[in-house]
Amino acid sequence: MHLGYVHYAYGSKEMAVKSMLSRVALAGAIVTATTGLLASVAGSQQAIVKIDGSSTVFPVTEKVAEDFQKSPAAKGAKVTVGISGTGGGFRKFCNGETDISNASRPILEKEMKACAEKGIKYLEVPVAYDALTVVIHPANKWAETMTVAQLKTIWEPAAQGKIMRWNQVDPSWPNVPLALFGAGADSGTFDYFTEAINGKSKQSRSDFTGSEDDNVLVQGVSRNRNALGFFGLAYYEANKNRLKAVKIVNPKTGQAVYPTNETVVNGSYQPLSRPIFIYVKADSMKRPEVKAFVEFYIKNGAKAADAVKYVPLPASDYAKAMERFKKGELGTVFAGKEEVGIKIADTWSRKLVE
Amino acid sequence: MQGSLAGVRGNIQRRQLWSAIFAIVGLLVLFIAIIVLLALILQLAIQGVPRLSWAFFTSFPSSKAEEAGILSALVGTALVMLVTAFTAIPIGIASGIYLEEYARKNWIAALIEINVTNLAGVPSIVYGLLAMGLFKSALQLGESVLTAGLTLALLILPVVIVTTREALRAIPSGLREAAYALGASKWQMVWDHILPYASGSILTGIIIGLSRAIGETAPLITIGALTFISFLPPSPFKSDFPFLSFDWVRSPFTVMPIQMFNWVSRPEPEFQLNAAAAGVILVALTLLMNGLAIYLRYRFRKGVKW
Repeated sequence: MHLGYVHYAYGSKEMAVKSMLSRVALAGAIVTATTGLLASVAGSQQAIVKIDGSSTVFPVTEKVAEDFQKSPAAKGAKVTVGISGTGGGFRKFCNGETDISNASRPILEKEMKACAEKGIKYLEVPVAYDALTVVIHPANKWAETMTVAQLKTIWEPAAQGKIMRWNQVDPSWPNVPLALFGAGADSGTFDYFTEAINGKSKQSRSDFTGSEDDNVLVQGVSRNRNALGFFGLAYYEANKNRLKAVKIVNPKTGQAVYPTNETVVNGSYQPLSRPIFIYVKADSMKRPEVKAFVEFYIKNGAKAADAVKYVPLPASDYAKAMERFKKGELGTVFAGKEEVGIKIADTWSRKLVE
Repeated sequence: MQGSLAGVRGNIQRRQLWSAIFAIVGLLVLFIAIIVLLALILQLAIQGVPRLSWAFFTSFPSSKAEEAGILSALVGTALVMLVTAFTAIPIGIASGIYLEEYARKNWIAALIEINVTNLAGVPSIVYGLLAMGLFKSALQLGESVLTAGLTLALLILPVVIVTTREALRAIPSGLREAAYALGASKWQMVWDHILPYASGSILTGIIIGLSRAIGETAPLITIGALTFISFLPPSPFKSDFPFLSFDWVRSPFTVMPIQMFNWVSRPEPEFQLNAAAAGVILVALTLLMNGLAIYLRYRFRKGVKW
């Protein structure tokens, strides 16, 4: 009688009633559950700081969030961090869905407009530097130093299908095929690299192995002697034993520079280093948990950036950021423009635009 | 006569040869598929199993690979599955029963049938887009367990409906007629006789649907499942009346595939091991569910005599 399908005709009346009762009970439970479900849709009350945005900024914010939740400053508040890209993050942010947006570039004009339409004001906080690193196979002895012009020769749209061998870039380099690996076209990394090297965001040759997953690029370059690739410094730092970073000649000083913490901070590793930001909604800052989190972020940003192998800002910049946070000075200093070679220390005197 | 007999024999031999060749080719193809699958699972296991420890199950995600765990992802997956099951099973079975037993066979039924079959083939990301517009924005359910559960319920609904219908169709019509002959109403016939017999196959369909949903990532990313969340949704049980709380359905969440995806894309190689370990658990969960489906089908088939 494991299913109870002996009734009316053969089964005793008692049994039929019993099985019916159990079914009524089941149906009742389902109805109660559903009503409860709908009734509770009113909303939850936990103190949560909602963050979303760039995958480049994610590791830093994650580290800060993790430490924040363990610290007494949090007072039990919770933090969630999502990844939807800088652009996707701003879309949610300007729609009022998140408290903080991770951004690997300053807010753009159209995003400022979207935020303004919804009446969303924000605090702009630079949190660290990321250095795009151009990498080659460790056995590659010829291209240890490259100029921006050489990189442009390789990566510009006109190079597509033409620049296929190393000696086409520099005649003194060997006549071997050139295998290219780069960030996928949807990433902020791709936008910034093309802007810095080719002069226009998103303009690039397309016959290269592109991936949003930087580990694919690491694998690709480390397995091919003739490869050239680029991605964030953290991926190079984690895979130093099987990759070699290329020294980039700074177009202003003419010096060849490795990407290191010092060269990024002092502005000599240019044009491939960029600051990363968080944007905090002004209305959310009135909530104690958001306020505490931002304060914690600025205080511990250097430590967190270091832990996840990003380049921390100099202490003076964090102090300036704290000052701006305390005074509640809103807006962006970049006026919605894409810019290459930003040094945070130079931006504090600029005018804030809301 | 002799010549034609030899001809017939030759013909038979030739056909038997072809038959044998096909058997060998079929076997080879099967082997290739199974070996590739086994190799993948084996590699995953070799990488991931050493990472499995109690702490891995009870820790939240962390930026330190060796401290990171899958607690929030595992709980998130379980809760999302719960909502999915609670929604998809009643609606799916009810729709299946209606379409098979009640609906008149006219053009409307045909239209619904075509739609249901088509829905089973719609890419999951499309459900994600639908959910983003409908559940998240229009119904204001936000990026919650509820939204995710409903989305996945939509995703597996066609599977549940189609298997329910097939299960009902497989019941001999003599059983229906016998129930009618004894004076049962249509509902009594379905609820007391047809449904119990069909429940094995229906359960199988449900579990296969759920094991598809458990590995689904794309629609959950579009509705904004999170990648870092180090707290659990509020408990569904309370100490005071009514002892049940449904706050958890509104809670933010993450699920296993998303946690894995996040780990795979981290720079530190140690995170790859975490991803493999999470993969092992996900594969184990899916195998477990499929195994359960096979067992249930076996159990119910054995109990059925007609």
